[in-house]
Amino acid sequence: MNGNRTVAIIGNPNSGKTTLFNRLTGSNQHVGNWPGVTVDRKTGHICHDGIGVDIVDLPGIYSLSPYTQEEIIAREYVLSDELDGILNIVDAANIERNLYLTLQLISLGLPMVVALGFMDDVRAQGVEINVKELERRLGVPVVPISAKKGENIHDLLDELVHGMRVPALQPTYLHGVGAAIRRATELLQPLSMRRCSLPFYAAKLLEGDTALWAKYGGDMPRNMREQLDALAEGMHSHANSTDNEMVLADAMYDYIEEIVRACFKRPREHKRTITEQIDAIVLHRVWALPIFAFFMFLMFWTTFGPIGSWLGSGMEYLILDLIAPAVEGGLTAIGTQAWLVGLICDGAIGGVGGVVSFLPQIVILFFFLSILEDTGYLARVAFIMDTLLRRIGLSGKSFVPMLMGFGCTTPAVMAARTMENDADRRMTIMLTPFMSCGAKLPVYALVAGAIFPAHQGLVVISLYVLGILMGVVAGFILKKTIFREVSSGFVLELPTYRMPSFKGTVLNMWQKAKDFITRAGTIIFLMSVVIWLLQNFTPTLAVAQDAGASILGVIGTAIAPIFAPLGFNAWQESVALLTGLVAKEAVVSTMSVLYGAGGDSAMLSSLLGSVFTPLSGYSFLVFTLLYMPCMSAFATIKREMGGWRWAIGAAAFQTVLAYFTALVIYQVGSLFL
Amino acid sequence: MKTLNNLRPGQSGVVDRITAEGALKRHFLDMGITKGVVVTMERVAPFGDPVAVRLRGYSLSLRRTEAKKIVLEAGA
Repeated sequence: MNGNRTVAIIGNPNSGKTTLFNRLTGSNQHVGNWPGVTVDRKTGHICHDGIGVDIVDLPGIYSLSPYTQEEIIAREYVLSDELDGILNIVDAANIERNLYLTLQLISLGLPMVVALGFMDDVRAQGVEINVKELERRLGVPVVPISAKKGENIHDLLDELVHGMRVPALQPTYLHGVGAAIRRATELLQPLSMRRCSLPFYAAKLLEGDTALWAKYGGDMPRNMREQLDALAEGMHSHANSTDNEMVLADAMYDYIEEIVRACFKRPREHKRTITEQIDAIVLHRVWALPIFAFFMFLMFWTTFGPIGSWLGSGMEYLILDLIAPAVEGGLTAIGTQAWLVGLICDGAIGGVGGVVSFLPQIVILFFFLSILEDTGYLARVAFIMDTLLRRIGLSGKSFVPMLMGFGCTTPAVMAARTMENDADRRMTIMLTPFMSCGAKLPVYALVAGAIFPAHQGLVVISLYVLGILMGVVAGFILKKTIFREVSSGFVLELPTYRMPSFKGTVLNMWQKAKDFITRAGTIIFLMSVVIWLLQNFTPTLAVAQDAGASILGVIGTAIAPIFAPLGFNAWQESVALLTGLVAKEAVVSTMSVLYGAGGDSAMLSSLLGSVFTPLSGYSFLVFTLLYMPCMSAFATIKREMGGWRWAIGAAAFQTVLAYFTALVIYQVGSLFL
Repeated sequence: MKTLNNLRPGQSGVVDRITAEGALKRHFLDMGITKGVVVTMERVAPFGDPVAVRLRGYSLSLRRTEAKKIVLEAGA
């Protein structure tokens, strides 16, 4: 640890927190994870007037309640001894709800400064703000800023390093609420909590916050407990209510309304905001769906269509066709052994190629996601699609990852990051692989073309539909088993539309790309090398002459009988499915090699026609559709789920489901055909 | 009993009380749905659910089952 002060940036979601953080720290930031969860933990450093300050970007929250993952993280952090002060960013255009969090932060008693953001938006609406009066009433310094234009950022930095001070006053809520909190604050003095934050603890204990009662209730002498109970009782009976959470929230909002009346002068007539005008079109009952479909098509087409695949194959070409042969030539020239050349060129460089070929798609996808999120349209996606996805236990925001799953599972799984609810996010990640990815199409095309030449298209479509149906079934199973907890519902802010900042978008793309390479990429690389070794060596560690004699071939042959009940028991098919774990399209190339067809697709097609019956062929395709995703997707799932247990569990679930589906299709089909 | 779910697009009402419990109640309160606040129904999603309402100068979307747990003052 250095001697710098640590300041946490805290604010509502969509309050411009990230823009301000980027503006303050520039590229001088580090992205990590909060312990135990996959919520990004961003830290940065600023130096102003020769004084260094470490900045921690807390997740966007509406309140310090202990319910969502973000709230729990933020609450634990602000109650810890790790921070020295709070920079509270407040959306001036959405002042009432933002001040609700501010009041809670003030009750922590830590040195604090309020940045009043989106001042340009507020002025455009003709609203005048008396900042001095706001400062006086809140008891903390208030700096009006515009993070995007950089307005007053210098003043904010001055306040951060010189002006941060403990709130000059604690709010005095009406109807006896303020008095009860003050009295409880005094009562709690003998306990071990941080003294300056006692007003926070007092309010929460009076509300009956179960987490805090569990933590401190035991330490309380009996008379303190009784006095607190009496205060809590008095607080709600005074307000003719039975619920202190409601009484306190009412009192806080009353207090806020009073502040807003005194400090904000709004124009007499309410002008429809730009956001309301845009929503009238993009959420229109008729136009919403076509507009939505267009944006989704644009995103999918750019990511996986010509542009994305051109960049992807460009990367692959660079590595596999330019660098690898050059290295191979060099190694051979200096007399390196053939197997070592193979390990380096095909195994290691091939592994790198496998990693980087995903990069363009990930970068493009996160370009779009970043824009969808920053503009505010992503919340509208959830609004439009919620009803359809809720039936299978997902939420509206699952739509984007699911759609992207038809392109490639790896970036699709990463796209699930945009979902706040952890259970929804995990379930989405587990179901995304059921959306048949682009790499499976060559397998369908080949096998379906060989066995059902007249109905190839129909067979392929049926597989896509089956994938979606199985996703629905799997969702149903998961919801009844591991994700039984009641969803926190769908109460979602539809934020003000904003122009995304170029800097923020680029930074987000860069961070996601870096994250993919360093975390998922290393695993993909290692697995590529291991699988290459398994593919090229016999169990006695001699160089395998053909894939059938390799370790992988031996394993494939050994497990082949498992697939007999599904109708395909040739070892070639098992080995092909195993190599499909590298990349799904490898199923085709492996079968081509193992059946001795070389690169001759017509020959392979006729060979497959004799190997498969229509039923066993279809069963094979169904298994290919549903079994565990390729290792790159697997590594990404491990990364996003935060552990091997989840990733292996998901893979096992998918493989078992694939097995039984193919089994049922083959066995039931056999009765009729 | 009139709830937020009964409002048609364009209509407004005043919140009387919340019948939700636990996390949902807390979330309602945190989002500013408190006694006396004016809520305007903005629109209904293309598939009929959820709905979008406007309160305290911002838009909030919630499902109809959730809107039923926000009771409005009678009359108006």
